[in-house]
Amino acid sequence: MRDFKMSPRPQWNSLSDVPMGSSCSSFHICDANAAWRVFRPVMDYSLCIGCHQCYLLCPDGAIHKEDAKVFHIDYDFCKGCGICAHQCKPGAISMVKEDQA
Amino acid sequence: MSEFAFLNGNEAVAWGVRLSRPHVIAAYPITPQTKAVEKLSSFVQNGEMDCKYLHVESEHSAMACSIGSSSVGARTFTATSSQGLLYMSEGLPYASGARLPIVMMNANRSIATPWNIYGDQMDAMHVINSGWVQLFVEDAQEALDMVIQSFKLAENHDILTPVMINVDGFVLTHTYEKVDIPGQELVDSFLPAIEKAPHLMNDQDPMSLCISAGNQHYMEFKIKQHRDMFKVFEQLERIDRDFEKSFGRSHGGAADGYRNEDADVILVTTGSVTGTARVVVDSLREKGIKAGLVKLRLLRPFPSDDLYELIGKASAVGILDKNISFGFEGTVYTNVNSSLLQKGYRGRTFNFIAGLGGRDITKENIEEMFSALLEQKGETVQYFNMGCAL
Repeated sequence: MRDFKMSPRPQWNSLSDVPMGSSCSSFHICDANAAWRVFRPVMDYSLCIGCHQCYLLCPDGAIHKEDAKVFHIDYDFCKGCGICAHQCKPGAISMVKEDQA
Repeated sequence: MSEFAFLNGNEAVAWGVRLSRPHVIAAYPITPQTKAVEKLSSFVQNGEMDCKYLHVESEHSAMACSIGSSSVGARTFTATSSQGLLYMSEGLPYASGARLPIVMMNANRSIATPWNIYGDQMDAMHVINSGWVQLFVEDAQEALDMVIQSFKLAENHDILTPVMINVDGFVLTHTYEKVDIPGQELVDSFLPAIEKAPHLMNDQDPMSLCISAGNQHYMEFKIKQHRDMFKVFEQLERIDRDFEKSFGRSHGGAADGYRNEDADVILVTTGSVTGTARVVVDSLREKGIKAGLVKLRLLRPFPSDDLYELIGKASAVGILDKNISFGFEGTVYTNVNSSLLQKGYRGRTFNFIAGLGGRDITKENIEEMFSALLEQKGETVQYFNMGCAL
């Protein structure tokens, strides 16, 4: 399993620190594809019944299956669309605001 | 050695591009720009230009190719008009946001529908917020010279912003004039080879281009782009001074006054109609009427300070628009009126809308505009040379 973490955000003191154009040293602005995510899905494993709907319906393939009832969300690729939470009938997945997760 | 030639505006632009030695030209032919890209393709075919010419399938592709070539540091030119500009408009903010110094000729033409191939400035006004420098030229000589100057301006590392040179369709693109074609050596010494900007694609220092930026960063990128745009005024004037030293011709900075110092009434023009307005101003002066003219060369960035300095003392000012922002007024008027009000201008302003879809703007029309300014009567927005009653 990967070590999930949010990418560090660069601190700019003035506009001269802002990179020219939208070109930056690779991964300067974000080291994951999901830097724009506002809400992230959070799993409550006690409610998971292992129906696999989240795993099957995630449009980005960001949910990995470890065994029948253990699913992991790759937050580096999850864009926070909420489809998994919508499809999870037992309510094991809830969308939590990024800074409160 | 410079030489004089009898060229139309399209050919003058093509010569300006040829002398600027671009690495890549990507363009799709569209009336009234066609002759410019045909001339350029024949230059390349005949071996007179060492340049990759991309015959693309659409204007959208022309802009995509231009963005690609400029991203690797190639000096890049494209040309379009009217619906073609609108078709490529999706790519325009990509180019300006990525700070790519592309130079484009836009042969100003009307916008459908009804379909019309003739000249007005509706196309340029559609993309005024695309982040491109918007420059308007008065004649073929200025068009040729401004291509050379525009590369120098766009490629300046403080600016790094694409430039759109607006050339009035047919009135300039298809009208022949005596044009001075500068010698290649002179242009080479004025416009050296492009110096690759550090933010462009480079296999020695890999970078991500055209990245995503979330709400934490996007605004700073845009404000930086906006602030850098204002540096165009100073650089354009410096480039024009240097150009005059080398070539003996000056076209001025962001705005240029003509007999405006003591003028009671001033007309603001963009593009080719300026020449007609000069003649009218001269004839009015002979009659003792203190008429003046301000030629607006830059619409983006907008030269508020220069404009107020040139206009401030006049009792009334008219703004000639070859476009309509539907449901409001002419776009040039909106900009000039707003900036004058901000500067504390106390005179009356009028918006004269004329010349849509290639309709002539005659000397008599411009005399009528000055009459309206002198009498300060009538609606704020007035239409000229209408074929029927309003």
